[in-house]
Amino acid sequence: MDLALAVGLQVLTGVAVLVIVSLGLAVVFGMMRVINLAHGEFMMLGAFAAVLATGAGLSLWVAMLLVAPVAVGLFGLVVERLVIRRLYGRMVDTMLATWGLSLALVGGMTMLAGNSVSGVSAPLGSVAVGGFRTSGYELFLIGAAVALSLGVWVALRFTRWGLVARGTMQDAETASALGVAPDRVYAVTFAAGAALSGLAGALLAPLSGVVPTMGAAYIARAFITVITGGAAILAGTLSASGLLGTVSTLGTFLSTPVLGEVAMLVVAVVLLRLLPRGITGRVLRRAL
Amino acid sequence: MASRRPLRQAEVLRTVETKMILERRGLLKLASTALAAPAVMSHAALGADPVKVVGIHDTSGGLDIYGQPMVACLDYAVAELNEAGGLLGRPVQLINYDPQSNIQLYTQFATQAATRDRAAVVHAGITSASREAIRPVLRRYNTLYFYNTQYEGGVCDRNSFCTGSTPAQNVNKLVPYVLSNWGKRIYVVAADYNYGQITSKWIAKYAREGGGEAVAVDFFPLDVTDFGAAIKKIQAAKPDAVVSALVGGNHVGFYRQWAAAGLKGSVPVASTTLGGGNESLLLTPEEGNGIVSAFSYFQEVDTPANTAFLARFRAKLGARTPYLGAELAMRTYTGFQLWAEGVRRAGAIDRMKVIEALESGITHEGPAGRTVLDPKTHHATLDVHLARVENRGFRVLQTFPQQPPSDTASVCDLAANPGSNQQHVVDVRT
Repeated sequence: MDLALAVGLQVLTGVAVLVIVSLGLAVVFGMMRVINLAHGEFMMLGAFAAVLATGAGLSLWVAMLLVAPVAVGLFGLVVERLVIRRLYGRMVDTMLATWGLSLALVGGMTMLAGNSVSGVSAPLGSVAVGGFRTSGYELFLIGAAVALSLGVWVALRFTRWGLVARGTMQDAETASALGVAPDRVYAVTFAAGAALSGLAGALLAPLSGVVPTMGAAYIARAFITVITGGAAILAGTLSASGLLGTVSTLGTFLSTPVLGEVAMLVVAVVLLRLLPRGITGRVLRRAL
Repeated sequence: MASRRPLRQAEVLRTVETKMILERRGLLKLASTALAAPAVMSHAALGADPVKVVGIHDTSGGLDIYGQPMVACLDYAVAELNEAGGLLGRPVQLINYDPQSNIQLYTQFATQAATRDRAAVVHAGITSASREAIRPVLRRYNTLYFYNTQYEGGVCDRNSFCTGSTPAQNVNKLVPYVLSNWGKRIYVVAADYNYGQITSKWIAKYAREGGGEAVAVDFFPLDVTDFGAAIKKIQAAKPDAVVSALVGGNHVGFYRQWAAAGLKGSVPVASTTLGGGNESLLLTPEEGNGIVSAFSYFQEVDTPANTAFLARFRAKLGARTPYLGAELAMRTYTGFQLWAEGVRRAGAIDRMKVIEALESGITHEGPAGRTVLDPKTHHATLDVHLARVENRGFRVLQTFPQQPPSDTASVCDLAANPGSNQQHVVDVRT
């Protein structure tokens, strides 16, 4: 019984990490059809922002939940203005440009901060679950994933900005004729996606080490989740994270971390063979 | 994707480097025509051609926690030697390469060291995977090779010298400590490549010999950072202790998450690797204190030779002085000293003459105590210490003087089989 509970919690944590890692990418890809290969490096910037802010004496919570997303969001605004804006509608060119950006960010951060692994300790201590002990921070991550998903849903579904953004993504010309400036909507959407990536990096910093190359460890998982999820931003990310996170955690539990990862990839490949447009290409099509 | 991207980066780097080499050659040609006379003069002023030594250690990427102090020690050893007049009246020129924690770059740089630099010796390699990538290359090109890291033992190759400690020297001290102080049921977590695979077998063997057992062994690739599921699994097995052979910066997350889950108090951790780099510095006292390691050197070893070395080292490097941690950096310093002694005894830098001199019974007395090269195995007899992490450093608990490399000696005799060229996996039944 205890074991089942512990495994259940671990599965939820695995799913939550996937949601957190993928959400920023899903917003940018789902809304704008821009494939941001620098997503992992945006996360890395968020993690560094959190570590630096903590080092400067701020509380870890302020550093993670406020400094990191704001800093990376602003950085995203600059990147959109300088690079992404010039390449709308040219998917392959955007990929090349953001890949270059990711290399530059890794190199630049290595020059600034060095290549050593730094990190922050996980707050919140530990919690007993039956006969098992688990870190309180993992429970916090589950809560954070739920809160983030709710936040994105509310923002897209109930705010005026969400309506305008969705309208612009559907038909930029009509939106423009109705007095909306698509450029500005694109910029804000990209910055929001970047802020989510930065927040993800900061949230995961206490779990992994913080190093300029850390993005590479997450980018593949984020892409697989978003592509498997399909076009709907929230429904896609949640369903894909739920499926892939469960498979990989259970795989890890039953065998080894390697086979867990392999099982997840196999499921993703089979799924994309059956549903080439992702989960939400077939079901939940009209969802957000 | 994760594995493809660094590869592309490597290719880009290689192109850039080739371009730089071509440009440099162009420049050299120019220089050799226009500046031929001054070049000859400066050689005459130096007295002789420099003896070239190549170092290949990861100073970036996940393994930099080991590589950076190793390179600092190698730099220092060469500088110290040059200040004392060099080797055989010639200055020593050190060329350092950074393979960026990427095995492909190791073979490339090893080839360069042998063919372009024509190095007298190559001191290289951190992971056993990198060693097995370059050892055959250097042997093929008849270039002498020193591997100065604690590892899983068994390399039997007349062209190579392994100066670090091996399981018969370190695991053989660590596991009995765990059994007698913490309990008989051991859970092993190890890095998923030859080092972790073989070392975990040694841990199981010594546990069985001491009346305990390894209840389970889990392997983790070097890029794993999330140990949540593994930690739940360990709790389900209810061991008395965890022994880790985890490697690199990413795996430091294990100790962090273990402490975060509140398990440090109930299930203590020992490690065959923690301390090799700056792991003890990365962990807060709450996370690190109490973890026990065994190595052939700790910066905290309290001997007059070590104190004097550290004072000289700090005076030279000032604010850039790295924390040396355990073994790896100091073995790099010691390995270079052993090679230099071999050259002095041979009176030449020719590979075979130096190998024969090194096989004549070379001893180095230094900061790590006495190190004796064993002619039959090309491994070292050395002092081993058990130590416990305390406030981002180590406290030495116990010292075992002059431990021979008996694991490798049981399978390797280079005096009888000088042509041997392989890594024996010592038959450890589990």
